[in-house]
Amino acid sequence: MKFDDEPIPGYSLPILPGHVSPGRLERVLRAGKFAVTTEISPPDSADPEEVLKRAAVFDGYVDAINATDGSGAHCHMSSVGVCSLLTRVGYATVLQISCRDRNRIAIQGEILGAAAMGACNLLCLTGDGVQAGDHPEAKPVFDLDSMSLLSIARTMRDESRFQSGRSLDLPPRIFLGAAENPFVPPIDWRAQRLAKKVQAGAQFIQTQYCYDIPRLKQFMKQVADLGLLEGPNRVFILVGVGPLASANAALWIRDNVPGVHIPDAVIERLRGAANQKAEGRRLCVDLIHQIREIPGVSGVHVMAYRQEESVADIIETSGVLEGRVPWFPGRDTPTVTQRNQAS
Amino acid sequence: MRAIRHWTVRHARAFEWLYLAFEPVLLRLAPLLRHRRLEGPITAVERTIKGVLFDCQMCGHCVLSDTGMSCPMNCPKQLRNGPCGGVRANGYCEVEPDMRCVWVEAHEGSQRMRHGNRIRMVQLPVDASIKGQSSWLAVIRSKEDKRSAHEV
Repeated sequence: MKFDDEPIPGYSLPILPGHVSPGRLERVLRAGKFAVTTEISPPDSADPEEVLKRAAVFDGYVDAINATDGSGAHCHMSSVGVCSLLTRVGYATVLQISCRDRNRIAIQGEILGAAAMGACNLLCLTGDGVQAGDHPEAKPVFDLDSMSLLSIARTMRDESRFQSGRSLDLPPRIFLGAAENPFVPPIDWRAQRLAKKVQAGAQFIQTQYCYDIPRLKQFMKQVADLGLLEGPNRVFILVGVGPLASANAALWIRDNVPGVHIPDAVIERLRGAANQKAEGRRLCVDLIHQIREIPGVSGVHVMAYRQEESVADIIETSGVLEGRVPWFPGRDTPTVTQRNQAS
Repeated sequence: MRAIRHWTVRHARAFEWLYLAFEPVLLRLAPLLRHRRLEGPITAVERTIKGVLFDCQMCGHCVLSDTGMSCPMNCPKQLRNGPCGGVRANGYCEVEPDMRCVWVEAHEGSQRMRHGNRIRMVQLPVDASIKGQSSWLAVIRSKEDKRSAHEV
């Protein structure tokens, strides 16, 4: 899928009627295509080249790249920093903001700064507790939660004002997202909680890792029954997937990473394989195939921590892009419009 | 005192009834409560009662009736709109593994209540400047204001 109005890298797309952002992710989703997003692991470095190098492994396979915000409460390059570097060369990014480290003053400033740098998707997160990370002695902030962050970001965009009421000269044009984890308690409340996030402003959802298809199907049915997948305020759901490196790695993740539910059957399948790493990737492709078939799912969010180089292969093998080549630097020869824009 | 906190959530419906019954009494006492000198003692009473029953943190913005009688300020992330994605498979907290998730409790409590659906309302962020102040007095004052505005 190529857009006729694709700008030169670093410039925004025109905002189409009914859209809120000048970004490719919203366009792909509203066009009804099966979207693919992934996440970049931000470096422990001040080197901009390292960020571009880490993004390039996804070229041609993803519609947007999430820049994590101190994921697992570990310190890395900031999400705004990573997004700014990536949007400068034209990538579509998803800015992640977690409520753990900043109060509402910092967060609202960050939304404006990131939007000015061309980040036009925002994933509103609560964030892992500080105890999970490398600075457990840090002060947890949590001035907002993911829900109030969503509603404040929406107010900034739609009503052009800060939470305080003070008005903005130019609102941020951002497509708003949130996370959901359908796989942990209270299970029977999760769809309802998603409805609350949609009410607060969520337009797309990226879920936690999914290794339990029956549970996902049940969740998607509940979400559809609540009417969240219809109408102008509908929500687009991207299901989280990722390759597991081995049975032992899966066990470690299950015990140590908050909120990841991995059924025993998955661990047994990995343990029984001659090459566990390859089996982990095959499993990921199988999951994508099954997820693709579930009514109401709009895409997948591939999280391949320390296996980022496998993402292209997994997406290629899964065939979910159906021949579509998402934009990457150097994909297109410049069009007339782009040449005019450049001159 | 988690045992008492769990007990109140298990009896969320009774406490909902108690709160509803308590409100008109307080409203009737409103003229008396307007004396600023009483603010200190009333706040102390509220802190003690709610401290024992709910492990109240005196955020100044009480939402117990909307959260199944489980105080959201006891969540280590102080979430006011539902559980995070890190709840353990056994329903315990990601941050404090020996504590049941405040929001798992809240969900159970809300299902016992007549107006349990209020848990679906989006709660605004807390006003940090009123931490430590009495929620009861705030509720009375806002109801009084509404009533007098109505009369005018």
